[in-house]
Amino acid sequence: MSEKILMKGNEAIGEAAILAGCRHYFAYPITPQNEIPAYMAKRLPEVGGTFLQAESELAAVSMVMGASAGGARVMTSSSSPGISLKQEGISYMSGAQLPAVIVNMMRGGPGLGNIAGAQGDYFQATRGGGNGDYHVLVIAPGNVQELADYTIKAFDLADKYRIVCMILGDGYLGQMSEPLILPKAVENLPAKDWALTGAKGREPHIIASLRLNPDNYLEKHVYDLYENYKKIEENEVIYDTQNLDDADYMIVAYGTASRICKKAIRMLRAEGIKVGLFRPVTLWPFPKKEIAEAAKKVKKILTVEMSMGQMVQDVQINAGKFCDVDFLGRPGGMLPEVEKIVQRVKSYV
Amino acid sequence: MSEEKIYSFPKSMREVTTHYCAGCGHGIVHKLIAQIMDELGIQEKTLVIAPVGCSVLAYNYLKADGLEAAHGRAPAVSTGLKRVHKDKVVICYQGDGDLLAIGTAETVHAANRGEHITVIFINNAIYGMTGGQMAPTTMEGQVTKTTPYGRDPKEVGWPIRACELLNTLEAPYYIERCAVYDVKHINQTKKAIKKAIQNQIDGKGYSFVEILSMCPTNWGVDPTKAAEWVRDVMEPYYPVKCFRDGGEKK
Repeated sequence: MSEKILMKGNEAIGEAAILAGCRHYFAYPITPQNEIPAYMAKRLPEVGGTFLQAESELAAVSMVMGASAGGARVMTSSSSPGISLKQEGISYMSGAQLPAVIVNMMRGGPGLGNIAGAQGDYFQATRGGGNGDYHVLVIAPGNVQELADYTIKAFDLADKYRIVCMILGDGYLGQMSEPLILPKAVENLPAKDWALTGAKGREPHIIASLRLNPDNYLEKHVYDLYENYKKIEENEVIYDTQNLDDADYMIVAYGTASRICKKAIRMLRAEGIKVGLFRPVTLWPFPKKEIAEAAKKVKKILTVEMSMGQMVQDVQINAGKFCDVDFLGRPGGMLPEVEKIVQRVKSYV
Repeated sequence: MSEEKIYSFPKSMREVTTHYCAGCGHGIVHKLIAQIMDELGIQEKTLVIAPVGCSVLAYNYLKADGLEAAHGRAPAVSTGLKRVHKDKVVICYQGDGDLLAIGTAETVHAANRGEHITVIFINNAIYGMTGGQMAPTTMEGQVTKTTPYGRDPKEVGWPIRACELLNTLEAPYYIERCAVYDVKHINQTKKAIKKAIQNQIDGKGYSFVEILSMCPTNWGVDPTKAAEWVRDVMEPYYPVKCFRDGGEKK
């Protein structure tokens, strides 16, 4: 299937999950991602899969945990307040090293907030989100094609590292329609010799996050988790750049915010101001070395987010020693204006 | 006279030292499940979901694949696992705080969907692992760490009857309440659990067995008194009976 088709972002995630071999999906409705459960409810029975509308996000993520323990490729999706509820299961799955794909199409917060796209869950996504020492692998696509491509990638990485992988989009990305080429179906799913399949001809498998005895049992387990995270940090960083080669100024943005920045960069370039874009795609692992290298070559960085400034902390930590880091953002589901970005960069000249 | 072996340690049980307190009912029920796994020949296809609570370590005793759920989520975790492995036997083992407080929604909805799982519910009227706080099934007037003046239903509500609650739903196939305070009731409990597991093997649907059990440590009585308390105080409020068999309400 190499033909371009028009698809809504949320639906592209659903179809990509099926192409990735996901046959189990559990979720609870919440705007602005309701197209995903609707799509899965229609599509999964056609491919012999299971769609189940859970009684809550807590139940949905627990169903995901059960299916994952059984060795299945499994997904759930939600939006900000629902993802907060799913943190319980995400922490348990992280402790038990169970792979799963969790989609967060972010909306404005805190609390019930509103239903417009936003980027206020960066801290929650990249710092673990639930209780304890752990990480979730976070991928932030920037268009509908990437939503599809990175959903497949998310399943592969989740299985490869036995980690929870989060697709961090937002309401705007999910709701927009764009042409895309559907990725190829995953043919051979990885074997999972750790899964619960019945202790036939082998010792029973126990999947648990509890590590009570001896005293250092949990400590050692967390060290093991972090050895795994180190491998991910070394091998799985994804980022994108645009117009950076000759740039004096660098804008850092991800997801929907990066799209707005691209327009600002075109306008600034038209006026002869050399500005480029650094777009982190994996938010954890954050492209630490790469952004530091890029920072050495520019005079100033502007971080643009649809929040009061969350990713800017990672930018500051990793690039701040090489140049000034400025911030421009809007919370509450509002989009930063192109003109404001243009004006801000011009003020540096 | 030839010797006939009439008892042996269940093959589906691990030979380990118990962590349960003297007089606790969990060990009895674990052993019944292990015996049933042997008798039905299902050890190699049984998946046990352990809850948060005293029985979180159930997988240390039952020789089967095991998974630990978050507090109250065992029926949802069981749902996900069973939907992947329709040919396996999923045993969802839960305590009273897990099943009727933090996990009420998961309990009701798994039952309402008629999930093809077997729920084993240990009702000992108290939170054991956390040191004896009020459970949703704590009796009126019962003293616990969080009801030091006795449970006052006007303040904190009445003890919830799980079987009666689930019996209002259409989907469940089998609902029975048992007890393990004496040998006669232990034998009845074994029959009920066996039926509940056989129902799942036969693809009949959702089966629920509540077991009135003892927690001498947190009740602050000796094991004999604890068994008497189940009989004299709990059983009158929680009648031991079959509520539904074969999808028919009784």
